Amino acid sequence: MALTGLEIYKQLPKKNCGECGVPTCLAFAMALASGKAALDACPYVTEAAREALDSASAPPIKAIKFGKDSVLGDETVLFRHDKTFYHPTTLLIYVSDTLSDEELSAKLQEIKGLEFERVGLQYTIDGVAIVNDSNDAARFAKVAATVAESTDISLLLLSDNPEAVKAALAPLVARKPLIGAATADNYEAMVNLAKENSVPVIIKADGLDALNDLVEKAVALGYKEFVLDPGSRKTVETLANLTHLRRLAIKKKFRPFGYPVIAFTSNTEPLEEIMEATVYVAKYASAVVLKTSVKAHVLPLMTLRQNIYTDPQKPIQVEPTLHSVGNVNENSPLYITTNFSLTYYSVEGEVETSKIPSYILPIDTDGTSVLTAYAAGKFEPEKIAEAMVACGIADKVKHRNVIIPGYVAVISGKLAEVSGWKVVVGPRESSGIVSFSKSLS
Amino acid sequence: MPVTLVKERYSSKVGEVVLGATPEQGGTRTATVTVGGDSALPFLHFEGQTINRPVIAMEVTDVVPTWSDIITKQIGDVINDPAAWAKKCVDEFGADLIYLKFNGADPEGENRSPEDCARIVKEVLAAVGVPLVVEGCDDSAKNNEVITAIAEAATGENLLIGIAEQDNYKSIAAAAMVHKHTLIARSPLDINICKQLNILINEMGLPLNKIIIDPTVAGLGFGIEYVYSIMERARLGALANDKMLSMPIICTVGYEANRCKEAYASEEEFPGWGNLEDRGVLWEAVTASGVLQVGASILVMRNPAAVKLVQKNIADLMG
Repeated sequence: MALTGLEIYKQLPKKNCGECGVPTCLAFAMALASGKAALDACPYVTEAAREALDSASAPPIKAIKFGKDSVLGDETVLFRHDKTFYHPTTLLIYVSDTLSDEELSAKLQEIKGLEFERVGLQYTIDGVAIVNDSNDAARFAKVAATVAESTDISLLLLSDNPEAVKAALAPLVARKPLIGAATADNYEAMVNLAKENSVPVIIKADGLDALNDLVEKAVALGYKEFVLDPGSRKTVETLANLTHLRRLAIKKKFRPFGYPVIAFTSNTEPLEEIMEATVYVAKYASAVVLKTSVKAHVLPLMTLRQNIYTDPQKPIQVEPTLHSVGNVNENSPLYITTNFSLTYYSVEGEVETSKIPSYILPIDTDGTSVLTAYAAGKFEPEKIAEAMVACGIADKVKHRNVIIPGYVAVISGKLAEVSGWKVVVGPRESSGIVSFSKSLS
Repeated sequence: MPVTLVKERYSSKVGEVVLGATPEQGGTRTATVTVGGDSALPFLHFEGQTINRPVIAMEVTDVVPTWSDIITKQIGDVINDPAAWAKKCVDEFGADLIYLKFNGADPEGENRSPEDCARIVKEVLAAVGVPLVVEGCDDSAKNNEVITAIAEAATGENLLIGIAEQDNYKSIAAAAMVHKHTLIARSPLDINICKQLNILINEMGLPLNKIIIDPTVAGLGFGIEYVYSIMERARLGALANDKMLSMPIICTVGYEANRCKEAYASEEEFPGWGNLEDRGVLWEAVTASGVLQVGASILVMRNPAAVKLVQKNIADLMG
């Protein structure tokens, strides 16, 4: 985030000596703001000011990477419609080291099952949070090793005891786990442990004032790979803290809060826990630790995450090639739609429900819906006829009937003329496909 | 060191709308329900007031619906009787409002007469004390007939009636004005049409505090992000004093969420998606949670188990 000239000016020595090549400090500040000068040209700028100005040019929220491709932070807006949210919330499953070996193995099996496929998208769980509830360093290290052996997803090692974290971390450094939590009592040992092993560390304090103090102390140890935990565990307080942290980082460039934030759920009933987690996913948590690992619970949460983090300017698209549903044969009907993922999967879902094996040809409309594409001239009869030829449908079916969406009935004459096929006008809404399909034979 | 927090100062707030009318006000409701009035983004109590918590309207239909067994078995035998069904929603499931939908009026279906529909509204009004939301069928010409008859029969009750749309709002807006009801203005996921429709209705003489916005929600996984951003922009508009975007918002969560395959397809069919019972509940509840985070005031829901979860979520967020 670039600084304004006035903000830079406040940090300058205000000697107006001209040694930087610009007559006044204010003019030099303006030159810096527009990128026409470098701070090095001023011989009198203090170290503190240099640091302030350097970090001000850094992104408002630092990107923190750990584990298997987990990226936290690096966000720039408060509302997704302003640009987009970039890094989907990392979801971690809570695994306590008080579990017996059998319970642990069952939990790991359940976690491994957290891979989903829906509407052509793959969702997978990101990681496991191993928590030292036993207060036994040896047990913690053993459970961490067992989890690490069972899965290659990201790891979070969580204990108030730096010795326990050290023991668990030593054999797993290559996996680059996130560790924590550094608190007012243990931060020196915890942050130094993170620094020595080049892993990111959670900074946890009770409330934003205390968090600010602790981050400053931790930074003074010469390390900056942080993830913040403001300590709140009630939904409404965590929502407020997540909002404050994101706003201060982005709107005020407040450096102590320029790190991603992790949230922990507190509801013990699993469905209530998922509801709580939806709030944190929508409102700025970079990572959320969940206790439930039941498929039916995690799928809705992952779906919401995928929806919220979709780039509003880039609709999700499907391959504009011939798709088939069921065991298609030479009598299978042919449906035309667009390659906007939502449109395509609405059609595919209904065609599947109709139980009639069918072909669906999504036309490349740059991922726009039927009416949007038609209004923009991207759903023209010529283009559809070309796509029909290109996909070779004529060799796959013996009939010559093509079904178009009801909303574009107006193109049926022209499409019949340019394609030579008989055009059947389907229902307007895909929900009408099931009853429509019965009339086909 | 104390941190100076960023607290937004907004120039305006969401309008307040009162639903229902007590005997003193010319109706028969035991209490009215007020929605809207927020002076900040949802649930950010540190910079503004959420005077009225979001409310849940439970859906009751005049004909037995073809919903998933998981929902209908919770409703039980009363599903044949709108008045008893509505009573169960209020007494057992804690519904704040009843949303009465006349699918049976559809000319393609049972083609129930407007008089018949008005009679059912009277029965439900007698069975429960909460305010009602009433929508007709999807055939707009028939809907106008049905709602006009209902509006007249329930004069003074201050029902929330729908649906007014951009190309069909005049007769229903007139019915709301003459018989003193509140109106739902629905736009197809488009904030510009939403605003335009409110202007058109207001120009007919219906005050702004008698209009509720229906932005047309989408279910979880099927475009909820579009309505999420539209609602977020509408809320920011209301707070920045855009009067034509300042109405409280109603979301037909139950209808949209339960259309999604994930809410009704069995585990046998999709083993990868896990147990249907919890999945179906969460599909509706998470859809509701999504719109709550961007300012929904009235959630229209179906699944009693999902209603319970959302009630808990709202309580958690109200602090």
